[in-house]
Amino acid sequence: MALSAGVAGASAAGLTSCGKGDDEPSASGANMRTYGERAPQEKTQRVIRELSASPGTGSSRTPLQDLYGIITPSALHYERHHAGVPAIDPAKHSLLVHGLVDKPLIFTMDDIRRFPATSRITFLECGGNVVGEQRGIFPETVQGSHGLLSGSQWTGVPLGLILREAGLKPEAKWMLAEGADACRMARSIPIEKALDPEVLVAYGQNGEALRPENGYPLRLIIPGWEGNTNVKWLHRLHLTAEPAMSAKETAYYTEIRPDGKAEIFTFVMEARSVITRPSGGQKLTSQGFHEIVGLAWTGRGKIRQVEVSVDNGKTWAEAELQEPVLSKALTAFRFPWRWNGEEVVIQCRCTDETGYLQPTREELIAVRGLNSGYHYNGLRPWRVKATGEVVSA
Amino acid sequence: MRKLLFLLLPLLMPAQYNLGRPATPAEIQTADITVLPDGTGLPVGHGNAVAGEVIYKSRCAVCHGPKGEGRKNEYPALVGGKGTLATPKPVKTVGSYWPYTTTVWDHINRAMPFNTPRILPPNDVYSVTAFILYLNGIVTRDQQLTEKTMPKIVMPNRDGFVPDSRPDIKAHR
Ligand code: HEC
Repeated sequence: MALSAGVAGASAAGLTSCGKGDDEPSASGANMRTYGERAPQEKTQRVIRELSASPGTGSSRTPLQDLYGIITPSALHYERHHAGVPAIDPAKHSLLVHGLVDKPLIFTMDDIRRFPATSRITFLECGGNVVGEQRGIFPETVQGSHGLLSGSQWTGVPLGLILREAGLKPEAKWMLAEGADACRMARSIPIEKALDPEVLVAYGQNGEALRPENGYPLRLIIPGWEGNTNVKWLHRLHLTAEPAMSAKETAYYTEIRPDGKAEIFTFVMEARSVITRPSGGQKLTSQGFHEIVGLAWTGRGKIRQVEVSVDNGKTWAEAELQEPVLSKALTAFRFPWRWNGEEVVIQCRCTDETGYLQPTREELIAVRGLNSGYHYNGLRPWRVKATGEVVSA
Repeated sequence: MRKLLFLLLPLLMPAQYNLGRPATPAEIQTADITVLPDGTGLPVGHGNAVAGEVIYKSRCAVCHGPKGEGRKNEYPALVGGKGTLATPKPVKTVGSYWPYTTTVWDHINRAMPFNTPRILPPNDVYSVTAFILYLNGIVTRDQQLTEKTMPKIVMPNRDGFVPDSRPDIKAHR
């Protein structure tokens, strides 16, 4: 975590020197590049956390505190893998559709790119994002707490068009989507969702091909649903009458209630918001004007309102939503603020278009207890100390 | 005119694009590793914990521990946790949490051993599944698992799963 704090500082300081220096290469500047890179001063990066001694079973987190707007650069999109990133040759990759269909079909990548394409801006978030906070573990930075969250424009084919080619039998009620990674990660999707025109079989991410770690060459995109259902390296769709009850939809991504029963197929990501600047690990260097900026998002449609409190939660005022406000996409908000140099707790909360209000941690725990482990969406306060240092509150 | 064309567009669009090619039964058979809770998809085969222990020792124990106890923060435990789900420290394992034997078989068959998945022939998967169920006290040491008998074994947490109740927190406005 110390690393990300250092990185945030470095990138903020990096922009200040643009005058002529000794190391200036030539007056006319550097040459063109066939594939661009960011400025050498820009160092922000993902933070990797392995979850077992075998590499490739963990995650890497998006540095939300350093980014602008609602699109995450593909190179900084969060990762969560269960058996590493496979190396797939798109010329050899194919998608098999079989099971309860009229005619089982195989599509090459060329076939898939010939379908009418759709592009859509969405957020993608791991079902386990922010999970520690339910149990009272508050990471020092927003990258540590909320970094399994990113936003992209995805391009691909509506899944329904592909399923229609194969022809669904009336008994087809579920679709198992399987990846070509080493563990053949697989999730069952209810057929109504599979036929939702929002759902894409995507090959494009932010204007270019998917990154390998984000499913190259093909992945599922289910806007608003937990990241794990957006199966990467997609190579097989199996239409079935019942869900497969795969390990990742039973042993994982299920939520234990206080009575010991676990809720299953909890797909939707409910409304959340978080302040990304100023946030933990950063430091305000002077009193006076500071813009509070952050993100809000909901799997149930659009964000209707974000409110900010800059007085330890006593009063709340409406933040300005930055256009565009898109359904199931990150929504950026901002709030003008004058810091008077005193210690204070700042926080935000959002309401989505269904009227759902993001709960406090206490409200959430009162219903779910401490063990549900996924889909925690409580408020996230930050404490600005008199020194200007920002820490978790 | 433009509006008219827009309205007509769905009619002008092909019902199907005739993309892709038919998948052959052999291609489907090779790719289809799905196993459903009722046993659909299980290959013909058999195995018990006695045979499974041998395979487990050579292929699984190095990570999951000789008795399936796992290694904290390194490898998941495959045993234990019985009766913990409603306590402050639930321990989710194959024995305490997983709802179906088919889920265990399917997961081992598709994903394990971690570094060389899908090398175990069906009988070895039945055997090693039997061994893990035996370690959890769910089957006896010489109980034979087959594609017919295994799906009928009721896991301790079979009825432990309920549907999504959200929005469960009613802070609506
Ligand atoms: C190289 C280490 C390694 C070996 C060898 C290995 N596993 Fe695993 N196993 C893992 C890891 C890592 C995971 C967790 C993967 C993940 O994050 O999804 C796992 C998960 C599992 C799970 C799911 C447990 C749970 O609750 O999450 C089962 C069951 C399992 N392994 C069985 C086996 C069997 C049976 C073998 C031998 C045939 C085996 N494993 C060999 C590393 C290993």
